[in-house]
Amino acid sequence: MAKSGWNTLAAHELRDCLDRGECSSEEAVRSVVDAISATDPVLHGYVSVDVDGALAQAREADAARRRGERGRLLGVPVAVKDVLNVRGQSCTCASRILKGYVSPYDATAIARLRAEGAVFLGRTNMDEFAMGSTTENSAFGVTRNPWATDRVPGGSSGGSAAVVAADEAIVALGTDTGGSIRQPASFCGCVGFKPSYGRISRYGLTAYASSLDQIGPISKDVEDAALLFEIMGGHDPMDSSSLEVPMPAVSWRNGQGLAGMKLGLPREYFVGGMHGDVDRCVRAAVEECRALGAEIVDVTLPHTRAAIAAYYIIATAEASANLARFDGVRYGHRAAGVSDPIDLYRQTRAQGFGAEVKRRIILGTYVLSSGYHDAYYVTAQKVRSLIRRDFEMAFTHCDAILAPVAPTAAYRIGENRDDPLQMYLGDIYTVPVNLAGICGLSVPCGFTGDGLPVGLQVIGPALGEACVLRVGYAYESVSKVRGRRPGAG
Amino acid sequence: MSDNAKRQDEGMDVRYVANLARLELTDEEAGEFQGQLRRVVEYFRELKDLELGGVEPMAHATLIQNVFRDDEVRKGLDREAVLANAPQRTTELFVVPKIVE
Repeated sequence: MAKSGWNTLAAHELRDCLDRGECSSEEAVRSVVDAISATDPVLHGYVSVDVDGALAQAREADAARRRGERGRLLGVPVAVKDVLNVRGQSCTCASRILKGYVSPYDATAIARLRAEGAVFLGRTNMDEFAMGSTTENSAFGVTRNPWATDRVPGGSSGGSAAVVAADEAIVALGTDTGGSIRQPASFCGCVGFKPSYGRISRYGLTAYASSLDQIGPISKDVEDAALLFEIMGGHDPMDSSSLEVPMPAVSWRNGQGLAGMKLGLPREYFVGGMHGDVDRCVRAAVEECRALGAEIVDVTLPHTRAAIAAYYIIATAEASANLARFDGVRYGHRAAGVSDPIDLYRQTRAQGFGAEVKRRIILGTYVLSSGYHDAYYVTAQKVRSLIRRDFEMAFTHCDAILAPVAPTAAYRIGENRDDPLQMYLGDIYTVPVNLAGICGLSVPCGFTGDGLPVGLQVIGPALGEACVLRVGYAYESVSKVRGRRPGAG
Repeated sequence: MSDNAKRQDEGMDVRYVANLARLELTDEEAGEFQGQLRRVVEYFRELKDLELGGVEPMAHATLIQNVFRDDEVRKGLDREAVLANAPQRTTELFVVPKIVE
């Protein structure tokens, strides 16, 4: 393999090359840095890259390997969404209000990757505070889709998806509150995995909507998604919502196809609103799963239509509370020349937050305010119960659900800029999974006529990650688009 | 019309709500958000058509409640690393504008 090609590998492939002595971590990190220098000026997938720090970590990993040490990611660079704390690196959440902030500690997910030898190279762009579906809401500029640079990469983890697709990273971390891992993975032709709520500790993740947020990988193949999930998952006393249940043994490597499995197609997901090319790609993938031995059954998720409203009520309510901490006192931006404390909060936040964050704080404050709390917030929580019940019923008829990730492929940059509601409606196939607290995987399954990637979503019950990964792995192994990368430049 | 009734009538007064959230808006922002958020709130109202009698509200995705830990001393974050991010500080403290006259 050419020395310049290490950046194109998946994490498990690079780790094996490192273990066999085919390259050093320093060489691998340099090849990723070279790729960033070549393509990131156009894509802008990273908000910051710590070349010297990463090379130092890589040399340490190489020295450890020479001493005979091993780790599941020893010497493998991992790109991190700019919302997760990595000790000593900046963490801005793509917001002006946190410009210059340096993390005093590692998030638990980061600490677990570090314990396996991961190298932290750079911070990826995102919608400010993870609020958005395009990465256009970053305070530091848009990220471009590597498949078509006039298109968005999706969001909110758009930087992570773009850098993985463009081989500017080996693997990346994202976070998913309403689809923010799965949708950009779909738009960029990567694998994206949102585990069940409570699987991966949220300690050190800057909170957007605490009852919905979950960390997960964006990767080049399903094997990497499983690898990072296995490393990051498991109970953490620092996050009281993390579950004290054993991590599953992911056993799809024995190639048993999908014989004996029942996969559900929710009828509410395949009616109207979906772009014809997306429909075609997803249905073709369903047929591949049938050919692998799965039985395909119809299921129903009758409250799907209500999910968007319920989600945007609950998520904005939680966001309005979580973002109260950004007040110019302990960290980040502070408005200059203000002597009154209330004015200090008002002006600091006015200067520090972008338009979408302000809109969501206002919406969230409104739905929680006196006189409206029951009409909106409590109603949405009841709808959430119904949506969870829908999935519980569906999973009595099938092992996993096959679905689209988004109704369309990647949007044009600027397409929905002045129409937030239209943007929110695009989240219809992803937000129900977060509301129910279950897991979902996005796997590349085809291309539109314009050459834009389309993802297949595999949805599993709570704690059903092993099943979802097995379906994804089996499908990926026969997929005709596996490993397809954007053209030169 | 009282302030409260007026708010009810228009669905949402973004300036009033923004103030509750300690957020100052420019005239331009207030105008833009008013129209955009009115449409979102109208969309939210569609939930009223659902039959929700007897449905329990779901506050969280898991059934965990009241997690306790042992009451033991643990090391906090490094003070200097934390204070290094402060917009204004002394060697040991955050500095804020005077709150009490």
